[in-house]
Amino acid sequence: MSDPLLSRVLYIDLSRKKFWVEDRKDLFEKYLGGTGVAVKLLEEEVSNKTDPLGPDNAIIFAVGPFTAMYPMASKTVALFKSPLTGNFGESHAGGRTAIAIRMAGYGAIVVKGASETPVYLAIHGDKVYFRDASALWGVRSTYTIGRVLREREPGSGLRTIIRIGRAGEKLVRYACAIAESYRHFGRLGLGAVMGSKKLKAIVISGRRRINVKDPHKYRQVYNEIFNKAVKSPAMRKYHDIGTPVNIRALNKIGALPTRNLKSTRFEYADNISGERIAELRLARRTACSHCPVACIHIAVIREQYPHEPYFYTTRYVSYDYEPIYALGSMLGIHDIDGLLRLLEAVEVQGLDAMSTGVILAWATEALEKKIISVNDTLVELKWGNWQNYIKAVKYIVEQPNEFYRTLALGVEEASKKYGGSEFALAFGGNEMPGYHAGAATHIGYLIGARHSHLDNAGYSYDQKLIGKEYPTPEKVIDDLVNEESWRQILSSLVVCFFARGIYKPELVAKALEPLGYNYTVEEIIDLGKKMYSEKYRLKIELGFDITKARIPERILETPTPHGHISREFIEKALKYFNEKINKMIKEYT
Amino acid sequence: MTTNAPVKRLVVTDPDLCVGCMSCMFACSRRFPEAGLAKSAIHVRSVGGFERGFTVIVCRACKDPPCAKVCPTNALVKRKGGGVILYASKCIGCGNCVKACPFGAIQWDYDDNKPVICMHCGFCVNFCPYGVLALEEIR
Repeated sequence: MSDPLLSRVLYIDLSRKKFWVEDRKDLFEKYLGGTGVAVKLLEEEVSNKTDPLGPDNAIIFAVGPFTAMYPMASKTVALFKSPLTGNFGESHAGGRTAIAIRMAGYGAIVVKGASETPVYLAIHGDKVYFRDASALWGVRSTYTIGRVLREREPGSGLRTIIRIGRAGEKLVRYACAIAESYRHFGRLGLGAVMGSKKLKAIVISGRRRINVKDPHKYRQVYNEIFNKAVKSPAMRKYHDIGTPVNIRALNKIGALPTRNLKSTRFEYADNISGERIAELRLARRTACSHCPVACIHIAVIREQYPHEPYFYTTRYVSYDYEPIYALGSMLGIHDIDGLLRLLEAVEVQGLDAMSTGVILAWATEALEKKIISVNDTLVELKWGNWQNYIKAVKYIVEQPNEFYRTLALGVEEASKKYGGSEFALAFGGNEMPGYHAGAATHIGYLIGARHSHLDNAGYSYDQKLIGKEYPTPEKVIDDLVNEESWRQILSSLVVCFFARGIYKPELVAKALEPLGYNYTVEEIIDLGKKMYSEKYRLKIELGFDITKARIPERILETPTPHGHISREFIEKALKYFNEKINKMIKEYT
Repeated sequence: MTTNAPVKRLVVTDPDLCVGCMSCMFACSRRFPEAGLAKSAIHVRSVGGFERGFTVIVCRACKDPPCAKVCPTNALVKRKGGGVILYASKCIGCGNCVKACPFGAIQWDYDDNKPVICMHCGFCVNFCPYGVLALEEIR
């Protein structure tokens, strides 16, 4: 590696209000950066005894050798012990996060300990400040926090502002951390971990130089990638309609989870489709730093004040496929403005949109089935009634009664207490992503290191198989594990998964070369397997056991584009996976 | 210096087309055998939140540049047609030029402790996929 600053790790101890920098060349030379390095850093900090909401939990933010070097390498990997699953936590976000961290002169930041009073961190290059955040604690909206810090801190255009909302302060287990108002470390509860540390926000900025080993070759490879980014049809799709282009597509094939996955086709899908929102409400498209694709879609909410004619409030909210699935089709919401306002309510509080939607869908069905009553929910939760869902979102954060205190723990815990686990859609304790495309989709959620659809893309695997013969459980596992292993490389570089069609192994090896790395295509693929095995070894150490995986009955009841999924198929796959992963851990770690 | 080539300047055609991807800023630093942002003469920032869009700050190639007037060492010399040329060996890094520019169009290289001055070369234009930037002939 030719950039000596990439291996600098900034350690911040919130308990002692101290910070220091360590050169971790040992890790960055072996594991590139991003998730590869972060797994090792997390392993040094936490054990199976660590309380995810205690001071000994740590948050690792990591970027990699492609960050600030090549287009579409705009993501930061965050690792922590998840308060939602009690296990390995990993969440990625774009915005300005990755560029800001690398331009400040770091490859990773480790935040540990806990402050007694609310603070926020300001990291401007080599300078690190602990700033009082007691007045920011309890502020109603995450948007306000962004505004305040924009005014208060330097580095406009070069900085990231990562903050939590009331949900994080109140330790809702699926609270998220928001960057630049519209991007999120969404899943697995990073917001609650920050809340437990009394860490309201982190501002990071910098503008340094990076020396390149072979500048001529670097520019050549850069141009090749840039041209692919702006010309490829796959990238165009993300820019035009964005990820919500999937609403119509998945509805058409019958894979769009609707009303808590009682069905997979939503009769109002067109109303909340990406095409419709773009036509009626799209306000602006923006980009993550150093990504010409610009897939961030921001919609406008224009609302008339009831007391004053011709007086309007104009507000903005970002939208993507997954939030529309979770807070739209899953809740039967088809009113476009209702949906946008619900999305906004979730943003204001700083909750993960996906978990929140799935949990409310479970609560709605539980109420329908009279497992719980309106005495619990305080408002009538009914498919399509977005006004009441907005109230429920507030209750999840305020936790006025035992029911909402339990909902704040996630759907797994809620269904354990109240029943209805057969329709509680969580995998490994994490609420379900928006695809019901076949067996591989759900096997992917179950075995994925973070139980996300992005781990191994089973949802995409299933869609490509439509009309073809379905493979054996063993073949499904082999393919998903290969995909997840390769994705370790992408998230160590760190490249956005949307650009996976461009960053193929050959190109990755070629792009690493001018930066001073020598890998053959085979070596880089093998390194992915090693990283995957290392990650899984940590996951198992932290208490994960695939043989105890819960398979919600609902996914077997509702047919997929490949028909009904059989329990035997999934169980066979999981059994084979268990053997395979243990073999891999022995071989690679 | 070639005498007959038309003098050009960088212009922002429409900031509302800007998505804030910073590709121009990274391109600017790649003019040198390096990467990063230290040598970027162009700056993009949100107007106050992504939803309100972006300000694209470039050197306006002033005919009567205020930055040159406040340079105590004559390190900034008027360029033919407008704008300035930096003679880095004369620059003492006082930062007067940064304060003098009403557009905030002079960036700072913190490693070298010197201003970053736009050369109006147009390298960044090739990396703006949305047509925000253009190179315009100065008459």
